[in-house]
Amino acid sequence: MNAALIAVALVLVAVAGTAVALTGDPGRQAITLSVYGLLLTLLFLVLQAPDVALSQLAVGTALVPLMVMLTVRKIGRRPR
Amino acid sequence: MNRRVRLLVFAVGAAGLAAMFALAVAGMPPFGGAAHPYRDLAVPAALGHATANVVASVTFDQRGLDTLGEEVILLASVIGAAALLRTRPGEHEHHPLADPRQPEAVALVAYLLLPLILLIGLNLVVHGHLTPGGGFQGGVVLATGLHLLYLSGGYRSLRRLRPIEWYQWVEGASTLAFAGVGLGGLALGAGLLANVLPYGPFQQLLSAGTVPVLNVVVGLAVGAGAVVLLGQFLTQAVAEERR
Repeated sequence: MNAALIAVALVLVAVAGTAVALTGDPGRQAITLSVYGLLLTLLFLVLQAPDVALSQLAVGTALVPLMVMLTVRKIGRRPR
Repeated sequence: MNRRVRLLVFAVGAAGLAAMFALAVAGMPPFGGAAHPYRDLAVPAALGHATANVVASVTFDQRGLDTLGEEVILLASVIGAAALLRTRPGEHEHHPLADPRQPEAVALVAYLLLPLILLIGLNLVVHGHLTPGGGFQGGVVLATGLHLLYLSGGYRSLRRLRPIEWYQWVEGASTLAFAGVGLGGLALGAGLLANVLPYGPFQQLLSAGTVPVLNVVVGLAVGAGAVVLLGQFLTQAVAEERR
């Protein structure tokens, strides 16, 4: 049961990671990155590492995608 | 360096990394097995210092020096980002007189979630030595949660309730406090970052010696650091315009 859970979580992370790499537009990439972070949180939870899962949840799904979005907004509006 | 040379350098590097990685993995205990040499040392050490969350004991007690290094890295990256994103001559901060109105449902949800998330962040920081979480996780939750103000009240209310200079001071002072706790151990002759406070009763709020103190200090440092970082990015994205 546990091995199956780990396998499912690993496959989900691999699929989501590929999706992030294949997302061309950085603005959309912030969203796929956030989903990837959530799945990585799930993997850490399944692997019984709740401390790491919490860090990943806070940094990977909220903080980093937010910074990417703000940067994209700033760069995209630049006139030249 | 042309494309061929670059590819060659990459191939040599990648092959070397692959070989070393394979060697390292071959020497590791098998995945999911019962043999955990580090656990067998870390768990008794954590219990000996009345620290219920073994991970917190490893981070702040047994390997406190590594965490001090991470604190300094965080401080350096915040200083670097603040220096790069500062308002330069030729730029001026432009404050929109009226914020674009958020949909009322979004503003309401953000308004309701704000105290809840700040409470969760404080809970994570304060109970870091007892349950999963700690200063780092709690600090990031506090900093991102604070920015719900932007969703509920707009940039102007966020700016009014979040004086960024204060957070810069908190970031610096709390990193200094971490080093101070470490030097305290040295001054008492126990060694840098040694756990010199009384350990207290196991699984109680006041236990684990210096671990909860360092958790609070790190919570302040990480929270303030993330607020400064996000604040600079937000200023650049929302309020700053080239003249």
